Amino acid sequence: MTGDTAIELRGISKAFGSVQANKDIHIRVAKGSIHGIIGENGAGKSTLMSILYGFYRADSGQILVDGRETPIPDSQAAIRAGIGMVFQHFKLVQNFTVLENVILGVEDGRLLRPSLAKARKELARLSKDYGLEVDPDAKIEDLSVGYQQRVEILKALYRQADILILDEPTGVLTPAEADHLFRILRGLREQGKTVILITHKLREIMDITDEVSVMRRGEMIASVVTRETSPPQLAELMVGRKVLLRVDKQPAQLGEVVLQANDLRVSHDGVERLKGVDLTIRRGEILGIAGVAGNGQSELMELLAGIVAGTGSARLLGRELDLSGHEDGRDRRHAGIGHVPEDRQHLGVIMDFAAWENVAFGYHREDAYRSGPFTDNAALKADTAAKMERFDVRPPLPNLAIKHFSGGNQQKIIVAREIERNPDLLLIGQPTRGVDIGAIEFIHKQIVALRDQGKAILLVSVELDEVMSLSDRVAVMFDGRIMGVRDAATTNERELGLLMAGVTETA
Amino acid sequence: MRQIPRWADVVLVPLISLLLAAICATLVILAIGQDPVEALNTMVTGALGSAYGWGYTLYYTTSFIFTGLAVTVAFHAGLFNIGGEGQAQLGGLGVALALLFVPWPHWTVALLGAIVASAAFGAVWAAIPGWLQAKRGSHIVITTIMFNYIAYSLIVWLLVDVLRPPGQAEPATARFAHGIPALSDIPGLNLVFTQGIPANISLFLALLACIGVWALLWRTPLGYEIRAFGKSEPAARYAGIRPVRTIMIAMALSGALAGMMSVNNVMGESGRLMQNASEGAGFIGIAVALMGRNHPFGVVLAALLFGFLYQGGAELGLWTSIPIELRIVIQGLVILFTGALDHMVRMMLSLVFSRRKVA
Repeated sequence: MTGDTAIELRGISKAFGSVQANKDIHIRVAKGSIHGIIGENGAGKSTLMSILYGFYRADSGQILVDGRETPIPDSQAAIRAGIGMVFQHFKLVQNFTVLENVILGVEDGRLLRPSLAKARKELARLSKDYGLEVDPDAKIEDLSVGYQQRVEILKALYRQADILILDEPTGVLTPAEADHLFRILRGLREQGKTVILITHKLREIMDITDEVSVMRRGEMIASVVTRETSPPQLAELMVGRKVLLRVDKQPAQLGEVVLQANDLRVSHDGVERLKGVDLTIRRGEILGIAGVAGNGQSELMELLAGIVAGTGSARLLGRELDLSGHEDGRDRRHAGIGHVPEDRQHLGVIMDFAAWENVAFGYHREDAYRSGPFTDNAALKADTAAKMERFDVRPPLPNLAIKHFSGGNQQKIIVAREIERNPDLLLIGQPTRGVDIGAIEFIHKQIVALRDQGKAILLVSVELDEVMSLSDRVAVMFDGRIMGVRDAATTNERELGLLMAGVTETA
Repeated sequence: MRQIPRWADVVLVPLISLLLAAICATLVILAIGQDPVEALNTMVTGALGSAYGWGYTLYYTTSFIFTGLAVTVAFHAGLFNIGGEGQAQLGGLGVALALLFVPWPHWTVALLGAIVASAAFGAVWAAIPGWLQAKRGSHIVITTIMFNYIAYSLIVWLLVDVLRPPGQAEPATARFAHGIPALSDIPGLNLVFTQGIPANISLFLALLACIGVWALLWRTPLGYEIRAFGKSEPAARYAGIRPVRTIMIAMALSGALAGMMSVNNVMGESGRLMQNASEGAGFIGIAVALMGRNHPFGVVLAALLFGFLYQGGAELGLWTSIPIELRIVIQGLVILFTGALDHMVRMMLSLVFSRRKVA
């Protein structure tokens, strides 16, 4: 730690209506350091960074850059103050080249050519200094996600940012790409840049940061030196109580084959997205699918769930499933398949519906929820209240619209709905995406409990940690195919990481 | 944006919207050199000031309830049914065919027959665009508008060349053998209403339909599927709700409701099928549904308002030198403020409410 302070926030508060998103936040980020900000969803991390980047104005408090008070009313002011931001969702023009994207908005003069020439030189220098090699003439749409992120970083550096804020930068990267990003960030630190890393992944914080600040419910709970803390301590600070980080589970007790699938294929708009997948899942087993998002996992889940049509064969407990599109989600539920969809808010619930209406979603024609021709709303609400109690959903209000629940509580409601139907096979996608740590622990326990009851579970997640700790076997998908299946107990991140990148020959 | 309290959303927003529409209408009336006070007076007296006026206001209200419900049902399935007009015209054809070619023994059975026929004809006319949307992806807004024109031309052709009795000059069918009782024919109500009013017992049918639509949408699995599908088609697919089936059922129900309007005007008021019998009520239904927040009970209130505007506007043309076309201007302003601009009113209110919270 050097003595100088790159950025200091004093008493920052921000309220949205009655919600206090940031409460009297104090933080000092040392110059030339990597500073992590960690917290659960809704803890106020993004709000704080938006204030720093001029998207929101704080209700009160001061921002000091390099020791001088610097008001940041808009993002132009943030850029002038030397602050750069790399968003979770990149803001690049897909059919522009790297060079064109870098100068977008900071062109000198009316003619493009001099700007481009100047930028090309500058880019070459930046690439060399920071190990950020990117072909300046490549089009963004031809670059992998990892490279696109580098372009975002270059953009910020080109605008002479000394302080770089990265919002959940590894969410879209393979482990290898994430490692590379961290090398780049370390390089930036060596050159005297300051990096603020927002994340909810404890491992990243431990790996790369010098100091870490923990937020909880809008407040800055603690700022600690990373070397002097530990993941359990950070988790406890984030959640406010002790959290079990490892999934506690017994060895699998395998039973008969529940799902036997061969040569599954799905095409969208003439492009084959699922290119011949074979799967076997037994009773008492969790088969995890690892892979970078968009490599056919969603198609696999939706094909089995009866949402999209495809070809191939799939037998559930010996009974053939119709994959041609004649059977829909209801037929699959009858057959004994439960489905917690990857995109929970888009597929799994109707956001405007009350919690109790969503508990019936997909099961709304079941006898238990009907009296004569009408829905038995009273029975449904009672069932919802009972589920909310069993799954510790907060607030336990069946009449509240599901959009007003946090991501974790929405997921608990969906998991409750699908698990309590006692399915033979549970398809569960991104079970803990956007779910806070406390709820993650709970949901993982539920999944393991279902497996121990002798059910088969197909788990899809882009969180490699989650797949490795929950699954009994791990299948890695890349480009619509399964690159390999490994025993979760004996494989390692490096091996899976290579498979995720499409490299099959493992050492 | 901040939420505003529910009571304000339900009560205050429509009232303010109406007030703004009234202010604009006042300016228009002033601009054509007329007296707005006199105009308002004429409208209120003409539509609400006498049992006779009410007899007309309620007659229009009945039609608007049906077409408003039609738009409401389709709206909850995420479908914008602009074809209420054509579906109502086809419903009229159903009523005419049922009453002209079946020898009903009594008006009560004839009424049942007319209800079924009007609903069936309207349902089929709406189901075709529904099918085109579900299977072919043809946009329902476009197809239902086109089906209005087809319906109009079809009815004209039938009235001129097929259904017109020999020797009759006017393009209309023969008189039906059965009508339905007007409100003034009902013991008890006959003390209130004078003879010769068009409002009839199909008003009760309309109110029953309201309760039916409410129960369907919020108390049955089918209504649940319609609402879920309307909110999110991908989620509906996930839940095993079949898109084609849901679209077809919602459109058929919507068309049936629009068609049933013909029991009021064709069987009830005119006693025969004439050209353009629905008189734009199908379009008014869109405004009614918008203003009624796509809730059956809101639809009743909005239909009453538009019934008043319709009847009051007619009185304007009758008793003042204000041209009857002004009725359309006033309706247009009401639709503009309650339908198109109510978001603006809501935004203004949310500012007021959030400021009050701070203070």
